[in-house]
Amino acid sequence: MIELENVAYSYGGGELLTDMTLNVAPGSFHFLTGPSGSGKTTFLKLCYGALQATAGHVRLFERDVRGLSRDDVAILRRKIGVVHQDCQFLDHLPVTENVALPLTVSGQDPDGADANLKELLAWVGLTGRANALPPELSGGERQRAALARAVIMSPDVILADEPTGNIDWEMSQRLLTLLVELNRMGKTILIATHDLGLIRAAKAQVQTRVLRISNRRLQMAGADL
Amino acid sequence: MNFDLRTTARMLQFDERADRVVPPTGFTARLTLFSAFAMSFLAVFALALSLAAGRVADRWGNELAQSSTIRISAPAGEVATQTEAALRVLRTTPGIVDARALTLDEQRALLSPWFGADLPIDDLPLPQLIDIIETEDGYDAAGLRLRLAAEAPAAVLDDHARWRRPLIDAASRLRLLGWASILLIATAAAAMVTLAANAALAANAQVIAVLRLVGAKDTYIASAFVRRFALRALTGAAFGTLTGIIALVLVPSGSETAGVLTDLSIQGIGWVWVVLIPPLSGLVAFVATRYAAGRVLEDLA
Repeated sequence: MIELENVAYSYGGGELLTDMTLNVAPGSFHFLTGPSGSGKTTFLKLCYGALQATAGHVRLFERDVRGLSRDDVAILRRKIGVVHQDCQFLDHLPVTENVALPLTVSGQDPDGADANLKELLAWVGLTGRANALPPELSGGERQRAALARAVIMSPDVILADEPTGNIDWEMSQRLLTLLVELNRMGKTILIATHDLGLIRAAKAQVQTRVLRISNRRLQMAGADL
Repeated sequence: MNFDLRTTARMLQFDERADRVVPPTGFTARLTLFSAFAMSFLAVFALALSLAAGRVADRWGNELAQSSTIRISAPAGEVATQTEAALRVLRTTPGIVDARALTLDEQRALLSPWFGADLPIDDLPLPQLIDIIETEDGYDAAGLRLRLAAEAPAAVLDDHARWRRPLIDAASRLRLLGWASILLIATAAAAMVTLAANAALAANAQVIAVLRLVGAKDTYIASAFVRRFALRALTGAAFGTLTGIIALVLVPSGSETAGVLTDLSIQGIGWVWVVLIPPLSGLVAFVATRYAAGRVLEDLA
């Protein structure tokens, strides 16, 4: 599904990530940890084609990203839902339109998926906030709206970058419950986080694999996690 | 970014949802509207100037091309003899259809625009004028001058070419200048729209990042901007053209002989060009924004 083979990424003359090899199997649940600035976000961006590896190969759905045009990458990205720490919404559009944005840009009629949209908003607990603008949402609401947007295209993979970074414990547990639910539905999950509590809580509910970025390399985390 | 015909056609299709993804931007919207308005207003005037200059050049060329004049400047007692001699020469000159001496009334009519209708022409030592109408092929002016010198030495042939050519040249150049101005106006409009589109795209880098995150193709993102700018340019140009037409109507008109200044109007087929100004402005904005979007999206990749 997502394969990295001896991948390296350099920027401004310095190597940020080196010799990374990983095979994310369908239906798996991965955590990616590491200190701030270790390259977790960069790693995720390589995984959804937002960045090109400077060495090695990144394969998304068995297609090497290096040989793809930007439009091809855009189409592949529709199979990957992404939740960012800062959520990245269009602030002038209400929650419903932001959540439906992947449908809109892929030429599908969001009105046709109206029922799904309502169900999705209910699933993430945002029915009452459907017409609110993103700046009017709390941190937890923004994260849940971002998750709804990430899954509206029914993607095979969901990548989340520090999804609980700006929200309290209770809200992060609620978000984790949604992600676990998605994994049980067969979705592949990869979460970058330094929230060890979140990882432990997830391990109690679902089988996970924890990776760590250390010294620019990808390692399996120790048994303490 | 791929910009084939199909992509271009898709970009022009109205898509309310796609257009909503770009937030409204006040400054660039006003700049584009105003630029299109001003440029179209100027384009109407440049077009009117060019068309009027063309009409004047054609009229001067047609009216004067096949006529000449002979002036008899002789002492009062010899004018009639010299006129008769000149007419005899003209009647036997190949290439001349007709030649006749102007009457006193006709000469008075020619002078009245300058000296008034009550000019006492009988008291003035005016030369006698002979009007010549040529065939299409014309006559041999050099040969005619030689014959006149021999048989009617007071006759001076003026075939109009000496002063007609610079006037026609000037009018033709004025026409060219008008079209060059239109070209410059279109280029300046394109430059302004490109700047405005660049500013709008740069200000919306975050929007572009979000759209890419959710799987938008570059053509989709570019379309949203391109349509918006083309529509603004079309609207501004429509108002600019309308205002230009109203201003043209308010320019005082005069007699046809007065030339370009009092003939600054749109006539006949010229209206087709005027009607084309707004859609052409929209097209210029479309191409300029498409170019700007291609560059900015490449830079942001």
